[in-house]
Amino acid sequence: MTAPEGSDQLVSDWVRFDSDRVVTVFTGRVELGQGNLTALLQMAADELCLDPEDITLVPADTARTPDEGYTAGSMSISVGGMALRRATSAARVLVLAEAARRLNAAVTALSVNAGTIMKSGEATGEDLRVIGCDLELDIPVADHADPLPREARKFSGTSAPRIDMAARVLGTPFVHDLRPEGVLHGRMVRSSALGATLKSVDLDGLRARPGVVEVVRDGSFLGLLAMTSWQAVRAQEWAQRNTEWGAPPGPDVTPLEVVQQADGPVQDIHTRDGERPATAKSFEVTATRPFISHGSIGPSAGLAIWEDDRLSVKSHSQGVFQLRGAMATVLGIDADKITITHTPGAGCYGHNGADDAAMDAAILARHVPGRPVLVVWSRAEEFCNAPLGPVMATKASAGVDDFGRIQSVDVSVNSVPHANRPGTHGAPNVLAGTQLATPIPFPVSQDLGPERGGGADRNSVPYYSIPSVAVTKRLVHDLPYRSSSLRGLGATVNVVAIEALMDQIACETGQDPAELRLAHLNDTRAQDVIRAVMEMSENHRVTDEGTGWGLAFARYKNSAGYAAIVASVLVDEEVRVTKVSAAIDAGEVINPDGAINQTEGGIIQSISWALKEQLNFEGANVATETWLDYPILTFSEVPDIAVQLIERPDDPPLGCAEAVQGPVVAAVSSAIHNAVGARVTDMPFTRDKIITAMM
Amino acid sequence: MAESRHIELSVNGERHHIDASPETPLLYVLRDQLGLLGTRFGCGQGTCGACMVIVDGKAVTSCDMAVEAADGCRVETVESLGPESEPKHRLARAVLDEQAAQCSYCLPGILMSAKALLDENPAPTEADIRAALNGNLCRCGSHVRILRAIVVAAAEGTT
Repeated sequence: MTAPEGSDQLVSDWVRFDSDRVVTVFTGRVELGQGNLTALLQMAADELCLDPEDITLVPADTARTPDEGYTAGSMSISVGGMALRRATSAARVLVLAEAARRLNAAVTALSVNAGTIMKSGEATGEDLRVIGCDLELDIPVADHADPLPREARKFSGTSAPRIDMAARVLGTPFVHDLRPEGVLHGRMVRSSALGATLKSVDLDGLRARPGVVEVVRDGSFLGLLAMTSWQAVRAQEWAQRNTEWGAPPGPDVTPLEVVQQADGPVQDIHTRDGERPATAKSFEVTATRPFISHGSIGPSAGLAIWEDDRLSVKSHSQGVFQLRGAMATVLGIDADKITITHTPGAGCYGHNGADDAAMDAAILARHVPGRPVLVVWSRAEEFCNAPLGPVMATKASAGVDDFGRIQSVDVSVNSVPHANRPGTHGAPNVLAGTQLATPIPFPVSQDLGPERGGGADRNSVPYYSIPSVAVTKRLVHDLPYRSSSLRGLGATVNVVAIEALMDQIACETGQDPAELRLAHLNDTRAQDVIRAVMEMSENHRVTDEGTGWGLAFARYKNSAGYAAIVASVLVDEEVRVTKVSAAIDAGEVINPDGAINQTEGGIIQSISWALKEQLNFEGANVATETWLDYPILTFSEVPDIAVQLIERPDDPPLGCAEAVQGPVVAAVSSAIHNAVGARVTDMPFTRDKIITAMM
Repeated sequence: MAESRHIELSVNGERHHIDASPETPLLYVLRDQLGLLGTRFGCGQGTCGACMVIVDGKAVTSCDMAVEAADGCRVETVESLGPESEPKHRLARAVLDEQAAQCSYCLPGILMSAKALLDENPAPTEADIRAALNGNLCRCGSHVRILRAIVVAAAEGTT
């Protein structure tokens, strides 16, 4: 199916009526564990006036659903949901017009209740699902879309339980669990250095390992197929010990130092009108983050089978259409020969190895036509070969007048590129492609443009009303590592820099941190979340020996969800976050409990980034291979969390999954300062860094 | 790989006789030989808890436990708490009632750690629960809900 764009979208791209009252709704979005399919179903049920259980919702599948691009950027509801709401409303409008004709009634006299067409409150004997079967739906959505008014929505705004949760907890829905007849188990053999060359391998020895049925080598791409998954693991381990790689050189200093010292070209993100005004006081903060890992609990996996020169793939990719295009290029076949069906994986939080593992499976499976191949990456591959969460350094400085008003802010962002997903910058951007004898290398990344909320520069322009602002971004291409999108992109570090700066100004000019922010915000919704979080957190805003609290605010992308956070910490041997309050305004919320769940998850993941996470390197090699080298927040370290949604059912939905990352890390930083007087803005905020900052 | 040998397992109350090379981790026997795919592969190094099962009453990581060490033992897996259409066990019901998951990849392992805890200590404190789950990583950040669900399930079991 081709990509329906804007006015070209047809009702039939999104809705299908079949006999026996079967209603199918299609979305180009995918469920990554955020609960978006449940919320999308709620929206569709409202517009079709059906019960959710009477609708089958089909997520992204290149053979069946619209192409909605990547499921990313907290846009499943704000963009995907709104498109679905319009399309399903158009289907209802078309059915009602036909019902009016059949009943010889005015459309305005008709309504739908659980599928039954009602006239003046009485059932007419006609059914939306039956009439729908008779209609031509290849009609533009835009010609008929007419979403119901808010008060007519029955399911949107309610905390419906997740439709997929029981299967995920107690069943076997994951790519990893697929066991089609005749499946072979694939494993890859790779270096932990990007661009490493396979110098020598004992292919005959590998072929002779127990259970191994095929070994595929193409340039520096090396994989094997075995009868059982354990045989595949053992053969992979043997191969790792019996291959030699030539790695490119790595930097002499840390990746962060390379990024901080970079002097390449600078791009203007926001230019200043006139000169920077002279002010009485100036302040400056630099926030940094090292390379971090997406850290999916389940390593990436993909299933592929070739039959009659056609390729079928099951993948937990965030963008199956874009992956199809990438695969077509790498495999040298037409995209219409490939079908990719989204199938769940573990949470990914951005561009992890999902696409790469599917590509690996497709290449290996080509050597065993007719047999399904399941590739599951090892934990070490997930750490070393998946794209990394970008290293960044953002400097923010401010000029403040004698009255404590901020007159100018300058922000400069240095970062490796974000957003290098399959299909971006006109290249496949899949790992296997770069390893083949005829390689398709990764292009030089241009990061994301401002029309998509920016990449490294996301949230680099302060949301505050400040007369004179200048913001620049410098992309750093000097590191031999592979980086791409991680939840929130550049927003995390940029918000930490700006919010730590705000906290510093408040502290040093004797202003209340909430009042300072309120005084510099023109947007009442922004002010509302700050006031709400201050009220919520009253009982845990305690400053005492080693105990402190911090406030932070951001509006994600400066155009999406609002988040204000108060975090309390106890600084002892280590930093412990004890309590977090969050006030969120995500506009209309389809499923409040789902939004709270996403927010809680965002808070916990961000605390883990703030306190613990960094990848290690040895030259060009990623040197983190196990969870022991990469601790994340554990159950004993998780704080109490309170989330308040400020619901705005009459406003457009804004998304919520990525709203809190920056504010949480920033609030933790300010809380540490409040507790011990040390301003630490280099993630992770470890004991050593705090002690250094205190001296 | 060593020669296959005969191994006897009781899994969720059902007796299985299998042939496996003795060093094969229990996880792979469960998933690939017995078709019990609810137990997840997460790290293969015993560090994330996604593969947690209960062996003779103790929660263990099945990815680094050789199947021969489980020979003759009583093994419980997440399947014993289901089925998904109508979960038998209060822990599974509580997780669904509290919507205590996001991607859910870690949940089967967490449920087995929690079950081993409640089987041994029917009235744990929240600190006990947290300590029992420290070997289980969750990346989506569903911890607060998971803790709440286990507290609910524990209370249900003692009333």
